[in-house]
Amino acid sequence: MKYITYLAIGIFFGIVMFKSEAASWFRIYEMFQFGSFHMYGIIGSALVLGVIGVQVIKRKNIKTLKGKEMSLQPKNKGITRYLVGGIIFGLGWALSGACPGPMYVLAGAGYASVLIVIFGALLGTFIYGLVRKYLPH
Amino acid sequence: MNWIYDPWPWYVAGPAIALVMFVLLFVGKKFGMSSNLRTACSVVGAGKAADFFNFDWKAERWNLMVVLGAVIGGFIASNYMSDNTVKINPEIAQQLATDYNINSAGTSYLPPEIFSIGALSNPFNIILLLVGGLLVGFGTRYAGGCTSGHAISGLSNLQLPSLIAVIGFFIGGLIMVHFIYPFIF
Repeated sequence: MKYITYLAIGIFFGIVMFKSEAASWFRIYEMFQFGSFHMYGIIGSALVLGVIGVQVIKRKNIKTLKGKEMSLQPKNKGITRYLVGGIIFGLGWALSGACPGPMYVLAGAGYASVLIVIFGALLGTFIYGLVRKYLPH
Repeated sequence: MNWIYDPWPWYVAGPAIALVMFVLLFVGKKFGMSSNLRTACSVVGAGKAADFFNFDWKAERWNLMVVLGAVIGGFIASNYMSDNTVKINPEIAQQLATDYNINSAGTSYLPPEIFSIGALSNPFNIILLLVGGLLVGFGTRYAGGCTSGHAISGLSNLQLPSLIAVIGFFIGGLIMVHFIYPFIF
């Protein structure tokens, strides 16, 4: 039954992504054309609250509901993987108009073509797993 | 009841996303959607081909439930809470129509010129969707996160690697829209 919590979080997230139009190809295109504040407002306001909340958690040493440390481990250091991987993701994001959350939301909304995007994303992940040891990180 | 059907403004959506991140932190998890792609590969046996997929995917089942929820959320929002149109900046809509013959801004949620079933009879659209997905899957795993893992979770935690990744997202997106679109559309 504990999975019900995660299911509920996912449903909420899916509705927010769809209703805010962050899952729309048009909004992603408009964002990369700097045509509207909308997407920047979404990411920016989430971020302002996120930064404040994480600082409060750290300073007050707030624990999870089960009394454990929160998952706020620092990311591994590096530049290449983040920059190159980020650019590759950005190219795909702007091409398909979908990042890894919204693509599931769109599938649920009934856009069958998005299944091709999801299949491509799984294939891309698999290819990364195969060539990972040859890539600079 | 218009607030249900109208698009939700950024100042509703942004805080709602932050809420999702904090709820996940409080239940001992973290907000990151692209790791599900790795988990899914592992579930179908990719661990036989590459060690990268050899991990205890059952510990990640919670995140697959988030995915299932996102699918259901998309169904609910699209069918009961939306007229499935997206109105963008009229200048951008005009530019899409003039330059790329995409005339559906304001009348649909995704451009049917690319995403309708009929559009799939043009192999170009199938390749576009497949390559788009491929770049998303490869890039997010190489970068170790996507919009949720880096732009929201990582930057909230003031992580320099996440800032580098997010700068990369925008370099890639801007190159695609400004330099590659004019060639492919």
